[in-house]
Amino acid sequence: MVDVTLERYLTGGIRLLANKTASTEEPILRDIVPPQLVIALHQHGGASAIPIVKVGQDVAKGEPIAIPESPPSAGVHASSSGRVRAIETRLIPTGKRLRESLCIVLDTDGEDRPFDPGPAGAWPQGREARLERVRSAGIAGLGGAAFPTATKLERVAGRCKTLIVNGAECEPYISCDDMLMREAPAEIVSGALEMADLVGAPLCIIAIERDKPRALHAIRDAAITAADPRLKVCEIPTVYPAGGERQLIELLTGDEVPSGAFPYAIGYVCQNVGTAYALHRLATRGEPVTSRIVTVTGGGVDRPRNVEAPIGTPIGYLVERCGGYRDDVVRLIHGGSMMGYTLPSDDIPITKATSCIIAATSGEIRQSYEEWACIRCGDCATACPARLQPQELLVAATARDFDALESLGLDDCIECGCCDVVCPSHIVLTDRFRHAKRLYAEHARRLALSAEAELRHKRREQRLRLSEEGSRAAQEALKAKLRADNEARRKAIAAAVERARQRKRRDVQP
Amino acid sequence: MSEPEFRTPAASPRRFDTAAAPHTPPMRSVPQIMRRVLYALVPAALAYTWFFGFGLLVNFAIAAAAALATEAAILTLRRRPVRRALRDCSALVTAALLAFALPPLLPWWIPALGGFVSIALAKQLYGGLGKNVFNPAMVSYALLLLSFPIQMTQWLPPRMGDLDYAPLDIVEQVRYSLLDELPPGSTVDAYTRATPLDQIKEGLREQRSFREMSASSMIGTFGGIGWEWVNSFVALGGIYLLYAGIIRWQIPVATLAGLAAPALLLHLVDPARFASLTFHLFSGAAMLGAFFIATDPVSAAATDRGRLIFGASIGFLIYAIRTWGGYPDGVAFAVLLMNAAVPLIDRYTRPRIYGHGER
Amino acid sequence: MLTAVTVLTGLSLALAAVLIATERLVPERGDDAVERIERLLPRIQCAQCGYPGCRPYAEAIWNGDAEINRCPPGGESTIRALADLLGREPRPLDTSLGQASMDRVARVDESLCIGCNLCSRACPVDAIVGLPHRMHTVLTRLCTGCELCVPPCPVDCIELVPRHG
Repeated sequence: MVDVTLERYLTGGIRLLANKTASTEEPILRDIVPPQLVIALHQHGGASAIPIVKVGQDVAKGEPIAIPESPPSAGVHASSSGRVRAIETRLIPTGKRLRESLCIVLDTDGEDRPFDPGPAGAWPQGREARLERVRSAGIAGLGGAAFPTATKLERVAGRCKTLIVNGAECEPYISCDDMLMREAPAEIVSGALEMADLVGAPLCIIAIERDKPRALHAIRDAAITAADPRLKVCEIPTVYPAGGERQLIELLTGDEVPSGAFPYAIGYVCQNVGTAYALHRLATRGEPVTSRIVTVTGGGVDRPRNVEAPIGTPIGYLVERCGGYRDDVVRLIHGGSMMGYTLPSDDIPITKATSCIIAATSGEIRQSYEEWACIRCGDCATACPARLQPQELLVAATARDFDALESLGLDDCIECGCCDVVCPSHIVLTDRFRHAKRLYAEHARRLALSAEAELRHKRREQRLRLSEEGSRAAQEALKAKLRADNEARRKAIAAAVERARQRKRRDVQP
Repeated sequence: MSEPEFRTPAASPRRFDTAAAPHTPPMRSVPQIMRRVLYALVPAALAYTWFFGFGLLVNFAIAAAAALATEAAILTLRRRPVRRALRDCSALVTAALLAFALPPLLPWWIPALGGFVSIALAKQLYGGLGKNVFNPAMVSYALLLLSFPIQMTQWLPPRMGDLDYAPLDIVEQVRYSLLDELPPGSTVDAYTRATPLDQIKEGLREQRSFREMSASSMIGTFGGIGWEWVNSFVALGGIYLLYAGIIRWQIPVATLAGLAAPALLLHLVDPARFASLTFHLFSGAAMLGAFFIATDPVSAAATDRGRLIFGASIGFLIYAIRTWGGYPDGVAFAVLLMNAAVPLIDRYTRPRIYGHGER
Repeated sequence: MLTAVTVLTGLSLALAAVLIATERLVPERGDDAVERIERLLPRIQCAQCGYPGCRPYAEAIWNGDAEINRCPPGGESTIRALADLLGREPRPLDTSLGQASMDRVARVDESLCIGCNLCSRACPVDAIVGLPHRMHTVLTRLCTGCELCVPPCPVDCIELVPRHG
């Protein structure tokens, strides 16, 4: 019995128009190679990878071009064959924002020559060796955050209650996981089981939202074929943001990840179906991460679809391959319509964090940012999946009341955007909270600096006092010693004088 | 098809405007909510006009004009955008609720003053939309009731079967309102009657039994005569608001439950001395209070548990004031009293945040 | 009516007496108060308030000798926090006192440093390291931007730069 039925429901969350039909009508477009690739070295969480190639060097597809730094970190590989044109800093998209990163600019030769890693490409024995391979092969979370998978698995290895494979894909517009599940379900299941082995999980649940019947069907069949007793498939309701890590864990298990901690603290780990697929390719074919599925969609794209895009492909090229822009496109969004961020231009390359590109028309997105005053309707609190009170957070954030922000749980806001969308006063709550988090972090830093300064000042006062006392004591001791020395010398002189006088008296006597 | 030449974006990148996430357009807006509340009041307004004449509409017109004018004037003084604020229809909703609370036969300056007070004192003085602690319509009603007790208690009898009914048509209504003139030869007393709530209260005080009074012409089929239908249509509008998601079920259900529980209990204990359950639920402003007045989001509790407490307390206070207090209907004062308690209620009914504390 | 007036007056007087009595009974915890005031200050000991450290300033505030708007690194938020704690009116920062800010750190221009060690001795949190006659440097993570190292330097080689970026 591979199916588990859900007993709980999500508190909060909202139902949104999925906008996924347009991009799921055609199969994934594969085998595309742009003329130039800009491969970022710091596209994942943790430390930037260290380049190991030089300008002018020829590389093959899958050849390592950067090695991981100390964990968490991940390796980077050439997404296609060609020559290194430059190693320079460029603007790249990471999970949450644009960032500057050292990038390897590769002019492709169009041949897509694969790299032969030799014996180093074999899947090793033993958990530690395998995790090292995962790290060097550049596997990072392909759900959008791109956190190095090796570190994420290491943190929970040996104490994992359940491995959750996230096929929810709850955010509108994004459909890359749906298509991957339809086209490669057996590989995903195999990768999931490989992960379960790596962390020693007794249970592995693949969660898929109800609005993906074809994906559910495919994964279910693959799971039945795999016939592994650990493997379960769970259909979850189509609510945003059911696919958020914390919400998914609560939905499936009833457990809550403690505030400020990560799922591994309570024995869970969540991995995206795309990451499971990448792991399968690594374990069975020794292939590192060189591409990912990207949904290219929106009313501003002529032929929306999913694309297997080499890492480092310029976004504009992807749009061109999907029919190009329509005339009424107004915005370019990296990610989904709720948590994605806008891009200023389309020459930005994709990274492992790019799940979706939306070329949006004005009708699809929020146009006006005019606000009314908060009317305390409370819809934001009803919609909040973290059970916060956004209206009270707004008051506290406006007043810069950091104590209130802390007790109201500002840190627990996952910036999902539900509150913005339901607010009748059209207040940009999520952005206010993002800003408040920054101010709060600065405030916390300042408090920490003050506390440390106070401590160091006290220690310094102590040191000075001791050294002063110490010097006074030394002076006293020196004085006493000198006095004693003088005394001793005086006595010695007096004794010598006495001896001399005695001798003189004897000499004088007949 | 030959492989087309693809542009290298680096050579000629396309530029875009940026904006903050989320990009999904908001689902509703404040003016939309306010308009729907007004629509929900239409059935009630029709019933009221059928039974009690055009006084409601005259009062609403005057109160709305005064409210909008006051809002415009004060916002200009405060140097805030005026047209935006007027377009959100919140002043109209306040004026509408006030009009329902006022007796139909009034000189024009009372609804005008009411409109002015509700916006100037109870709303703008606190900082405008979203900042008022007390329900503006109820504040102005209470102020008018305390300042002009005579005019504020001259109600009309309903148009029902065999009651002697002396209706005023709309022209006569307006003439009374603006010029204080009635059709020749008549006085105000000829037109006014106490409300069923008032009559029952007087009767109970005089030791008459409720059952005896129920048989009389004061009580209709299930509630106060005429008022039972107005309340029913108000409830209909309220159910529409629930269905449209404009209000949540907690406040109306809790308010009616808070009113129903003591009503049912005490009526069962002593049917002679205490009015029946249906009488309480369908008289006066019970339904209006439960669905439209207590649910004013700005002055109501903001958490779900808080709303239950808020509503139940209002219901109970309505019963208490009606039965033991000095006024025939207690909706306004009940709401105002609980408005004051809202910050406290909110503070202690916050749900446990995800990831905090023990389950 | 006379009864009403008498009762209310009596009640007010009685309540007033209770309040005064409880205030007298609760011991005045002066030390505690100074601690609480000091905790609201940045505690970087820059002395720009005119007092030789944060503790003396806190004591002066408690005694009523000093205004609450004399702390430049504390800025608006400190003034507001002090106003809330003490029930005093917040006022704008006295900008004539100085520009110390925790958003800035000191930086030694190594090419000019002569190793006199005077700056290191002046730093209240020991954030400058260096041996006599050898080059000195500021440990940025520990530096609080108090500016006390700037006046003693005989070659004027210390400047304040933004902490981030």
